[in-house]
Amino acid sequence: MTAALRLTDLTVSYDRHPAVHHVSAEIPAGEMTAIVGPNGAGKSTLLKALLGLAPRVEGRIECTAKRIAYLPQQAEIDRSFPISVLDTVLLGRWSRFGGFGAAKPVDLHDARHAVAAVGLSGFERRPIETLSVGQFQRVLFARLLLQDADLVLLDEPFAAIDSKTVADLMVVIRRWREEKRTVVAVLHDFDQVRRDFPHALLLARELVAAGPTARVLSAENLLRARAMAEAWDERAGACDVPLRLSA
Amino acid sequence: MFYEYVVSPFAEFGFMRRALVASLALSVGGSAIGVFLILRRMSLMGDALAHSLLPGAAMGFLIGGLSLPAMSLGGFIAGVTTALLSGIIARFSSMREDASFAAAYLTAMALGVLIVSLRGSAVDLMNILFGAILAVDEPALFLVVSTATLTLIGLAAIYRPLVVECFNPGFLAAMGVRGSLYHYLFLSLAVLNMVAGFQALGTLMALGLILLPAVASSFWAREVWSMSLVAAPMAFASAAVGLLVSFHAGLPSGPVIVLFASLFFLLSLLFGSRASVRARLSRPVHLRG
Repeated sequence: MTAALRLTDLTVSYDRHPAVHHVSAEIPAGEMTAIVGPNGAGKSTLLKALLGLAPRVEGRIECTAKRIAYLPQQAEIDRSFPISVLDTVLLGRWSRFGGFGAAKPVDLHDARHAVAAVGLSGFERRPIETLSVGQFQRVLFARLLLQDADLVLLDEPFAAIDSKTVADLMVVIRRWREEKRTVVAVLHDFDQVRRDFPHALLLARELVAAGPTARVLSAENLLRARAMAEAWDERAGACDVPLRLSA
Repeated sequence: MFYEYVVSPFAEFGFMRRALVASLALSVGGSAIGVFLILRRMSLMGDALAHSLLPGAAMGFLIGGLSLPAMSLGGFIAGVTTALLSGIIARFSSMREDASFAAAYLTAMALGVLIVSLRGSAVDLMNILFGAILAVDEPALFLVVSTATLTLIGLAAIYRPLVVECFNPGFLAAMGVRGSLYHYLFLSLAVLNMVAGFQALGTLMALGLILLPAVASSFWAREVWSMSLVAAPMAFASAAVGLLVSFHAGLPSGPVIVLFASLFFLLSLLFGSRASVRARLSRPVHLRG
């Protein structure tokens, strides 16, 4: 089994407080991996670090993926902005036409296809402000489809989404796996993780466990994760664990 | 009657003609800027930015007197500096950008009024703050028209990154694009328009013709391009009517023009086709699906 991502002694901090602390782990290529852990465990921060968007990163990230697609949490998007569904989806081809190039007919064709694939046919011209949370998540998935990435990072893809939409979007995610793409998703629903994601990574600022889901999500590990997340020291001194590898 | 009141002021006086052409150019470029200011939720920050031109214009006034190039250059430098400094302060501290903008513009206003009072009279100060339509000479007209041209070309060039930066900055960052670059390019264009406007409208009023028609347009249209198309004629109409009224009544042009723009805003708020008072009151039926 090859690794799509290899993290070595990764520490990511905000204002010197580590949100992700000395994490070493491997994420298998062409597989579906769930990142789980309590709120504030550093899950979103870990994804941001993988994208190169985190402010301060120590340690090493090795990534074999050439193209990465990223689904942000919905709160990061201004959904009242006047832009149509089709235009939003088309942005998935940014790597092809960039900020200034023209979209080709094939891009437009693929975008319509992606809109249909997430079950939103007929919504192409609708402004995104008229969509429900679930419909808008489908739009973002259509944009991911267009990105044609070999590594897909999903940050809480199913927060506040109904079960029908979750089922539809899981079909899309499973298809990515069949196409040998690596999927990494931050999730909170343990039942869903156990059912759909063969690999898991349990985070509580530090790595609690990583590997096959059944082993990672043991009662003992979950208890340990909760205890670790609640321990927060405002006056923590400088961390003296030596970095095994410099960035 | 019509000729006497509407046509002859422009036919007889060169400065009225220049002011009319200047306001047409300002309306076309400025309204697109205004639409983006609203969509970026930066209406009030834009206002702060407009006020911050004052110390620069005042420095230009101190060095060159009532000279257009000196005051315009000064104003542009002051505006861009304020925008950059606020951005830097916000980035390096936990302060929100609107707070740092407010801090910067209050400082700038105080500094500006002080600098003008060092040398100028109260009349000079009034002219800088509220504009003097007589000041629109040929170089001023050239500045306004070039600004409008540059604004339209510039906005067209950075349109896509700017739109994405507005509604989903994280996506732009994940694509490896520095969104802040486009943010500051846009702010520079905004400052340029305010500089172009302050000859006729004054630093306190320059944003009025940019922002008010854009706000009004949001009651009629919902896309960026259609909002700009609705806003520009409203801006021009306010400017043309405002010019005539200020000419006949001997009133300062800036406030009169801005008040007419406010009138358009009020009418749009009441009678606009979407999200207006009328649309709210007159919708007895709902659709079937």
